[in-house]
Amino acid sequence: MTSSYPADRVPAERVTLPADRIALVDLLDRVLAGGVVIAGDITLSVADVDMVTISLRALVTSVSALADHLPPPADTNGMPDDS
Amino acid sequence: MTSQTGTWLYGVTDNPAAIRPDSFDHLTGVGGGKLHLVSAGGLTAVAETVSLAEFGETALRRNLEDLDWLESTARAHHRVIDALASQVQLVPLRLATVYREDGNVQAMLSEQGARLRASLHRTASRAEWGVKAYADQPAAARAEAPRVDSGQAAPGSGAAYLRRRRVELAASQQDRHAALVSAQELHAELASLAADTRLHPPQSAELTGSKSAMILNAAYLVDDQRAAGFRQAVDDLRDRLPLQLELTGPWPPYSFADAGPDLR
Repeated sequence: MTSSYPADRVPAERVTLPADRIALVDLLDRVLAGGVVIAGDITLSVADVDMVTISLRALVTSVSALADHLPPPADTNGMPDDS
Repeated sequence: MTSQTGTWLYGVTDNPAAIRPDSFDHLTGVGGGKLHLVSAGGLTAVAETVSLAEFGETALRRNLEDLDWLESTARAHHRVIDALASQVQLVPLRLATVYREDGNVQAMLSEQGARLRASLHRTASRAEWGVKAYADQPAAARAEAPRVDSGQAAPGSGAAYLRRRRVELAASQQDRHAALVSAQELHAELASLAADTRLHPPQSAELTGSKSAMILNAAYLVDDQRAAGFRQAVDDLRDRLPLQLELTGPWPPYSFADAGPDLR
């Protein structure tokens, strides 16, 4: 099984991996794009779209910093990617 | 009045008595502080008093651009929500929901009560599971391609190059089409086992570190009683379909906290 987060428990006996072992991109998909959106006092003018955009820009410009958190590439034999 | 602190929110529950008291001793929030509860109108928000020097609007705009800050904050936010969601039903709030003071949180709980109760109802006894699908063996088509030009033209000639590119592009389009058809089958089968579904944008290859293109990044809201069957279905589909699958979860129901379009 190639799950990045081996889920071998059912929620009833919910034992999840420590938060620091979850892939950051999966976490950001959820905490930045999910959750109930309520305009707090402070974040009123930080539109949710802005927030995700700002944050993903931070991610993309910091890919090298992110590498530590990512699983190794599935294929490391150097096949050039022409996409 | 300028306050130096604000109230960061994690989630909302209608059953705060089910939270183990020691949670408030053990859990540390995004600002390193302890948690407290703010109640109004039969709903309770899990909160932390934070410094506006770090979590005020100007600071947030700056800090969200800082990957290290973003990561530690996202993980701390999730750690609290995940720990509490294992004890009590809780709807998560989006990262960086901050109020000036607890009194304003009470006003929000009253104003947003119907919406928050609907969210609690929709996600009761259910958890979120994530499934990402990658196209299998993306290099297979290209491995076939070199045969086409050998012996027909000098290596590196323009005509050979163009011929090879045409074959490669056609093969890669066929691969992509086949992967999309498989992803549709995957999503349809998993959606039939779920109470709701959401499709997140596929993550770019530079973020996933995978050479294969991500073609599906989906979230499924699954009844706890059907979780084992859902995971088994993912394993079966992994064997059957020409896709690489990654299963994550159970997650607190982040992707289903707000009512949205049912994408099935």
